[in-house]
Amino acid sequence: MNKEEYKKLIAKKKPKETRAKNALISFVVGGTIGVSGELVSHLMMMSFGVSKATSYMLVCLILIFGASLLTALGKFDDWVKKGKCGLIVPTTGFAHSVTSAAMEYRKDGLITGLGANFFKLAGSVILYGIVSAFFLCLLKVVIYG
Amino acid sequence: MIYVWSFTLAGLVCMIGQIILDNTKLTAGHITSLFTVIGAILSFCGIYSWLIEKCGAGATILIMNFGHMLFTSGMIGYDEIGILGIFTDLLCKSSLAIVSAIVFSFIFAILFKPRD
Repeated sequence: MNKEEYKKLIAKKKPKETRAKNALISFVVGGTIGVSGELVSHLMMMSFGVSKATSYMLVCLILIFGASLLTALGKFDDWVKKGKCGLIVPTTGFAHSVTSAAMEYRKDGLITGLGANFFKLAGSVILYGIVSAFFLCLLKVVIYG
Repeated sequence: MIYVWSFTLAGLVCMIGQIILDNTKLTAGHITSLFTVIGAILSFCGIYSWLIEKCGAGATILIMNFGHMLFTSGMIGYDEIGILGIFTDLLCKSSLAIVSAIVFSFIFAILFKPRD
């Protein structure tokens, strides 16, 4: 009886701890990406004299390039295991889902494999993004004229 | 100060995503779609452009920015030529993310052999 209670207690406590740890890890990783993005954009504004909006676009481009390259090299999945959602919620997650689908289905051929499955994972982001943005635009038009 | 806000916002959003991932049956695909829609809603409420002003890259690197870009370019299109503008301009700004992801992924998928 005592042992069973103890086991229950362990089962209750254990996942919570890892959950808190996961949340903390993703906070730190996501925050680090945010700060380094800000830092890089600041450096680019200082050295190349580009505008603020352009520097943010370049940061986005660099993140997508990096995530695609790391996914293609097979490193990104290991990083996601360590960095958790800190790597999924930024734009890196979008690039990762596109590249991993492309890599996975490439062996089935360029059209039926790569082409047909290219947006297998990222398609939902594009679909629901476009649909929601479209209807919100219409709603705004209806409300504000 | 913008660095602190940048860290806080990006970190908080990632943490919320992780908490959703751990406590529900939703997958990473659900979370990214959810955040895109949330980004479009925040943009609709006028909050997201304020967030970008306040947090800088901390707001622009998130997947929520994708929804924000879709909504803002849709509204720019509407201001130019009306309802038709929403159809023609909706993807204008977010074209960066979509095109770069497609081009880089295609090149890397052709160049690199998948690791088993």
